Amino acid sequence: MSKSDLTRRRVLKAGAAGLATPTIFTGAVWAGSHTGFMNAPQGDTVTLGFNVPQTGPYADEGADELRAYELAVEHLNGGGDGGMIPTFSSKTLEGNGILGKKVEYVTGDTQTKSDAARASAKSMIEKDGAIMITGGSSSGVAVAVQALCQEAGIIFMAGLTHSNDTTGKDRKANGFRHFFNSYMSGAALAPVLAANYGKDRKAYHLTADYNWGYTTEEAVVQATEAMGWETVNAVKTPLTQTDFSSYIAPVLQTDADVLVLNHYGGNMINSLTSAVQFGLREKTANGKDFEIVVPLYSRLMARGAGANVKGIFGSTNWHWSLPDAGSQAFTKSFGTKYGFPPSQAAHTVYCQTLLYADAVNRAGSFNPCAVAEALEDFEFDGLGNGKTLYRGADHQCFKDVLVVRGKENPTSEFDLLEIVEVTPVSQVTYAPDHPQMGGAEATLGSCNPGA
Amino acid sequence: MFGLNAKDTSLLLIVAVLTLLAPFILNPFPEGSDLAQFNAGYPDLMQRFVIFGIFAIGFNILFGLTGYLSFGHAAFLGVGSYAAIWMMKLLSLNIIPAIIMSVIFAGLFALAVGFISLRRSGIYFSILTLAFAQMSYALAYSVLTPITGGETGLQIKPTDRPLLSNLADGEIGRANLFGLDMRASYEMEVGGWLFTFNSGYYIAAVVMLLAFYMSIRIFRSPFGMMLRAVKSNQQRMNFTGLNSKPYTLAAFVISGMYAGLAGGLMVAMDTQVGPERMFWTASGEVVLMAILGGVGTLIGPVLGAGLIKYMENILSKINDAILHQWFAFLPDGLENALVYLIHPFIGKGWHLTLGIVFMLVVIFLPGGLVEGGQRIARIFRRKKRTDSAADAAAKTPAE
Amino acid sequence: MDAIILQFLNGLDKGSAYALIALGLTLIFGTLGVVNFAHGALFMIGAFCAVTLQRLLSLSHQIVDETQKDFLGNPLKVDVPYVHDWFGPAAGQTIIEWSVPLAILFAIPVMALVGVIMERGLIKHFYKRPHADQILVTFGLAIVLQEIIKAFYGANPIPTPAPPAFTGSFDFGAFIGLDPNTIIYPYWRLIYFAFAMSVIAAVFAFLQFTTFGMVVRAGMADRETVGMLGINIDKRFTVMFAIAACVAGLAGVMYTPINSPNYHMGMDFLVLSFVVVVVGGMGSLPGAVLAGFLLGVLESFASLGVVIDLIPGINQIIIYLVAIVILLTRPRGLMGRKGVMEE
Repeated sequence: MSKSDLTRRRVLKAGAAGLATPTIFTGAVWAGSHTGFMNAPQGDTVTLGFNVPQTGPYADEGADELRAYELAVEHLNGGGDGGMIPTFSSKTLEGNGILGKKVEYVTGDTQTKSDAARASAKSMIEKDGAIMITGGSSSGVAVAVQALCQEAGIIFMAGLTHSNDTTGKDRKANGFRHFFNSYMSGAALAPVLAANYGKDRKAYHLTADYNWGYTTEEAVVQATEAMGWETVNAVKTPLTQTDFSSYIAPVLQTDADVLVLNHYGGNMINSLTSAVQFGLREKTANGKDFEIVVPLYSRLMARGAGANVKGIFGSTNWHWSLPDAGSQAFTKSFGTKYGFPPSQAAHTVYCQTLLYADAVNRAGSFNPCAVAEALEDFEFDGLGNGKTLYRGADHQCFKDVLVVRGKENPTSEFDLLEIVEVTPVSQVTYAPDHPQMGGAEATLGSCNPGA
Repeated sequence: MFGLNAKDTSLLLIVAVLTLLAPFILNPFPEGSDLAQFNAGYPDLMQRFVIFGIFAIGFNILFGLTGYLSFGHAAFLGVGSYAAIWMMKLLSLNIIPAIIMSVIFAGLFALAVGFISLRRSGIYFSILTLAFAQMSYALAYSVLTPITGGETGLQIKPTDRPLLSNLADGEIGRANLFGLDMRASYEMEVGGWLFTFNSGYYIAAVVMLLAFYMSIRIFRSPFGMMLRAVKSNQQRMNFTGLNSKPYTLAAFVISGMYAGLAGGLMVAMDTQVGPERMFWTASGEVVLMAILGGVGTLIGPVLGAGLIKYMENILSKINDAILHQWFAFLPDGLENALVYLIHPFIGKGWHLTLGIVFMLVVIFLPGGLVEGGQRIARIFRRKKRTDSAADAAAKTPAE
Repeated sequence: MDAIILQFLNGLDKGSAYALIALGLTLIFGTLGVVNFAHGALFMIGAFCAVTLQRLLSLSHQIVDETQKDFLGNPLKVDVPYVHDWFGPAAGQTIIEWSVPLAILFAIPVMALVGVIMERGLIKHFYKRPHADQILVTFGLAIVLQEIIKAFYGANPIPTPAPPAFTGSFDFGAFIGLDPNTIIYPYWRLIYFAFAMSVIAAVFAFLQFTTFGMVVRAGMADRETVGMLGINIDKRFTVMFAIAACVAGLAGVMYTPINSPNYHMGMDFLVLSFVVVVVGGMGSLPGAVLAGFLLGVLESFASLGVVIDLIPGINQIIIYLVAIVILLTRPRGLMGRKGVMEE
């Protein structure tokens, strides 16, 4: 049996019209090499795989990601108003697809389960000949699919994944993350919390009992303790928990004066609702008003908690109300097409798609190793978070982080968060071998072109 | 042949031919045609078909023969998977030791769970098995994170250096069978068609055929007879002085080992494990596979597994853009109307279609898909009046 | 001490939800002999009755407010609910805020109708079929129902707060003579408990003191004999199913302020409620209620920090662990009868 990971599928799909090679490349060493890697696009089209949760608890986030992907494809192919392409600092995107090839896409359902996500990603690679996989709305799925792409020799552009592990201990040479992470949330939040609530606070943590919860708790505990806070207790709550009353009630019995909810999605909504019901916000402890903090905010999720989010601090990757040109262009483009503003999940996947396309253009090749080289230590601007660095050492984007607060008087169901502070990137930067990121042992490995 | 009667032999042969030719059968549409969306002949899905086939065959040995409805079988699959990946991380990247260990560990776990759960029967038994599986899931997801990897699961990393391997520095180990990579494929191009022959699939398929053969032997053995007696009337059996417990426990352990085998193969084909594999919905899925295909029939569970996995992987990938492509030849209004009508059932709506299929099958085909096959066979036979033994065997496995 | 009292209250509160769902499930098991995997979906539909009523009451028309801008920079369109126009903004807002309690009235006919349609249209045909078939068809139905809800309301939880009058907390400590502010408990959760107790009492009273209930109880004990007595058991089954659907639905309506409802909340409760029913003993209504409260209380105590420190992960598995222990020491659960669902 002869081994051939090199697929002929693209050749067949393209048919006779195929073999026209695109024209201008500027001096990249990879230019012109259109074979020798997995799923090398052969015709005049290139297929991207959008792997998002379409069923299960994060289905709405997945749907929003899918909208952003469709918008990105439209813009890459020259349709619409171009969104963030004009504001993007790199100018290789000209609305003629990627490397002159028209962008097509396939979609799949991760179900927010690592097995299903990998099955879906594999079908995109094996059946549809996708050259890049992107998406996801949880860290378990991101890590699983990233590992798959590393094995298969495909680039993975992570969607919404916030755990340190994705670019920490589980980082991979073929995987890239634009979204921020637990460490950055902690580093951005702590000074704001200290400024607003004082430096002698006693914090009580409730933490979702899985990897993302652990890394977030660790990050927030370390960052706040550095500000002088004390951590009274940290209790783990099961992922499947729906009623948090029995975890909230004991908080009343301690001398804590801040409650940190390291929860996301449905867990966050339910624990926050319980906390408010138990009167924690009216409570005073140690002579101070009791406060609640939610390290990772998502506007889509904040909506589920209704009025309970008012005045509560948290961090977020991006928000549509940002005044810079890139954010405004994206919000306008997305809002005009779909009638409501984009979420942070939509923003991050839109950026990831553009960044990938641009990296291919700059490299002059779809070869994953060429793309990785182009993305590594790439500095850009104009995608909504200010000056950003795609760090080569761990494939994590370093950019400003938003500290937000639930708005007191929202004007619409989308206007739930107000930006309190834009934490500069220097404050959230860490060393690639930071202990929270897997320490010195964490390694990217080497890039895998798959063939 | 093989100690089977003529009917069973031909059933086995037909299944064997179908599995071996699956790359052709599952890829009926040429590449690039609009219907290529429905092709299932790519390695990952074919592997999943046979692996879940094994899982369902094993489940059917317990449920189909003894009537004991286990609602926690996914736990054995999960335990098998974890055992296999640890073998690959520590000992060897060869899949044989990994699979052997997964069967052993799943068998031991099944022995423990079965020993306790089989003290009760009926729904009490079901809830006991469910409780064990849910505990395994919850612990694997959280406090057992050092062993299971928790939410992010376990994969083979560039730092993993199994004892019996000579990997280059920084190279990520790949599962293999004496050097044959599980992902190696041979692709054959015939006209517009593309057929993929994947080494992993064929290894899994051979294992499934062996598992299927074993299950026929168990069904036809005195042991199988005894298990059926347990199903029809356990009390009467106990009155005759026979203790049925060892038989049911044996069936439970065997079916747990089948689940472990499936788990080990899953890791062999795709080297990663996550705890969701043990969640109750995964246990429920195998129950549904068995019922959907036809409980107690030999081939039914395999068909049920195939149908569910097909819908999960194919339907969920159809999106509106593809629909528009299909109906592009129609006038715009009609095209949009059709897309609007079909939209709820594809992509994110694939669960809806699955639910409707469950209901339709159980309402109109009480015996599952196998009964559907039988009905078609009857119509076919009435028309042709040529009653070939092979055909009958294919469509009407005993029971 | 305070912590123990608090967790006991929490346990009763959690137990109320478990008991209500398990009660309906047992009614269906016991009377109709059907394993209803769609029962969680009924709970979910009940919760969405509250959401639907909230949406209906807040039906709005838009007024353009030139002074404010929306996210695209156009003049903001402000939604003004019709009830504001009809009753004035203050009274109108109050009506919307009271949508959850009002939804009880809305949910009873809706749930009864859903129950009757389900029983007549589908479940009826499955009385004589094996339990496996019942599981498959009701599971399929549950998926279809939740997908329909998802199609209309999306996958994210929807906030359905309790009326402002009930949002505060009750100082339980001061009430029983302890220090004030040590044991405070949200009003709505106390209401939920009281509500659950009255529904449970009503169901028991109905079965105990009406002729209808007597026949149903007889049917639960021995369906064939009752059938032979010439009593039209079919019609009663339909009514029973409708009642069970209402119990599940009301449990869902009242639960919405505690947890924002989403389309898969039924599945989340399904497995748990099966465990509760079986631990209580198949076919035993008091057993289901008792097991609901027992598991609720134990779950609450297991989530205390000191307990988790002592046995890591105990909060994850307590319910299943208790279920195993009970089923091993009491073969038919707490109050189960011999021969029910043991084949």
